[in-house]
Amino acid sequence: MRIIILVKQVPEADKVAVDPETGTLIREGVASILNPYCEYALDQAAKLKKDYPELNIKITAISMGPPQAKIALLRCLELGADKAYLLSDRKFAGSDVWATSTAIKEGIVGLEPEFDLILAGKQAIDGDTAQVPAETAEQLGVPQITYGVDVIINDKRVEVKRETETGYQILSTKMPALVTMSKGSNIRRIPSMQDVLEARKKPLEVVSADDLNIADSKIGLSASPTQVDKIFAPPSKSGGQIIESSDPKAAARKLFDYLKENKFLRV
Amino acid sequence: MLNVDIETCIGCKICERVCPFAAIIVEPETKKAKVLEGCTLCGACVGACPVNALSIERKAVSEEEIALYKNVFIWGEWEKKEEKKVIKNVALELLGKGRELAEKLGESLAVVLLGNDVGHLVPELFHHGADKVYLCEHELLENYSTDGYTNVIASVIASEKPSIVLYGATPNGRDLAPRIAGRLALGLTADCTGLDINESRQLVQTRPAFGGNIMASILSPYTRPQMSSVRPNVFPKPEADVSKTGVTEEVEVTLKPVSIRTKIIEEIVSHEEGINIEEAKILVSAGRGVGSKDNLQYIEELAEAVNGTISGSRPLVDLGWLPHLQQVGQSGKTVAPTLYMALGISGAVQHLVGMTSSDTIVAINKDKEAPIFEVADFGIVGDIFEIIPEFVKIIKEERAKKTN
Repeated sequence: MRIIILVKQVPEADKVAVDPETGTLIREGVASILNPYCEYALDQAAKLKKDYPELNIKITAISMGPPQAKIALLRCLELGADKAYLLSDRKFAGSDVWATSTAIKEGIVGLEPEFDLILAGKQAIDGDTAQVPAETAEQLGVPQITYGVDVIINDKRVEVKRETETGYQILSTKMPALVTMSKGSNIRRIPSMQDVLEARKKPLEVVSADDLNIADSKIGLSASPTQVDKIFAPPSKSGGQIIESSDPKAAARKLFDYLKENKFLRV
Repeated sequence: MLNVDIETCIGCKICERVCPFAAIIVEPETKKAKVLEGCTLCGACVGACPVNALSIERKAVSEEEIALYKNVFIWGEWEKKEEKKVIKNVALELLGKGRELAEKLGESLAVVLLGNDVGHLVPELFHHGADKVYLCEHELLENYSTDGYTNVIASVIASEKPSIVLYGATPNGRDLAPRIAGRLALGLTADCTGLDINESRQLVQTRPAFGGNIMASILSPYTRPQMSSVRPNVFPKPEADVSKTGVTEEVEVTLKPVSIRTKIIEEIVSHEEGINIEEAKILVSAGRGVGSKDNLQYIEELAEAVNGTISGSRPLVDLGWLPHLQQVGQSGKTVAPTLYMALGISGAVQHLVGMTSSDTIVAINKDKEAPIFEVADFGIVGDIFEIIPEFVKIIKEERAKKTN
């Protein structure tokens, strides 16, 4: 059985800011990590591999990103993936959801077409859009189950416990299928020294758009239906009353008066 | 569009059988496949064709074609509350914003309502601003399914050609919208915090971007419809006007059980009384500034004093001090209480987009440069551990005075 993990490298924290003078992005010194939800998906895949030895599960990690995203894929190899592919090409730059899912779909078709199950994180913590996996599933023509917290294999079908707004549902679908993972009981593991050493021996390949024979018209900014018109600092709400007081008692009294005046307190 | 390679087609009729929309037939005289109007480019026939005679060609629409797309559509999501089907608040909120967009464009506002036996929900949609409701009823639409809902909505979009389609960014909305965007090769902007029409009659979609302290306005210049999702509580719910009516168009739905590939085995409604920060009137929200889990007792005391519900920013949830259900912000919930008290929250944009719709924002923070003060109606530069106990003391004293 073949499992594909779709992963994304993201900035470690919310450290990207706008230079108020130039209006450009300040990204210096921001570390990159493997998106946590992708780690949960990978943990789920590793569990399946352990729980179903008879299925001889092989895990392939696929990401699209700049050359340095190899680090995130190396992490996948340390955490249980058997091989990894990075789709990396200047031609992919500026891709929106549609163009990204097109590239990933072409990558899957070209590199691992005989897959049974695709696992992805439910969303990436940098954009939080949660759209690329579903658009990829649609482009591949396979069913999807989103917000999974637990996955079991039942013959040719996959059964997923899915988070809903009111609780959970158990959904089943025939493989090949795509499942996106929320946290559930999955964890972000720390690889052992042996995992780290073994990962170095596993194949990690960088693949370009030409390697996959993807037409230029299908990828990158020009193939993206959404275009960024402009970027700007978040609007501020002027006219707020700000008090600087070294006396906490006086400050607390002013807060009390403000809340009372605006009828938030029943006193 | 769906192309048929006439040379290759052998007239085997497999495409006819697998099409969920009866949108492809093999003509008796030519014995070749022919694509009809209802085609949604779902690709079912492309995969089934044994001789690869079918292919989908997607291209951006030209300006003349763009002009053919008119009217604002909203997905009318509903939920079951105590066994009764009710329209979700987010759909009503979208009707308010949709009304505004439709009026700027001089176009009309319609809801696409899917379900089984949901006709009784239609009047409420008119009361909140819809001019028209496309009522799509079928027993296979009783429960949400990715395939069933995608097929029906994609087919309504293909035949009705709206210029804008809006979805609530709920779990099911986030499951559905990208699927439709993928099928119709459309742009989709998730979790918009602002929607407007520009001088070129394009939809301007605003959202936080690049995972940082920055907003982006996004256009879909070449494709129609323009599609966006919006979270609950971002836009205000319009007042109902019970005198308003509209047009109901019943859409014939031709779903077959095989076209829904996921099956529900079990539905588990969790009866745990969860804290619902989305509906709270007063939120007392803690940030990294609380310093330790034990210090949350200050926040609890304050919440009790003002009769508020506790929420928090992402660092607290990441540290395991608060459950994810109580997280405010882009990766948590979007809230709009009448009073939002931000305590030790600096105000990263991911947090701000989750709470700036609050009516009144009060902030206490040590750092006077903290961005939270830029959105606060009332702010105190100071130490929460000094101010909160004093504040709680004042409330208690005032209340004691009154009871005496």
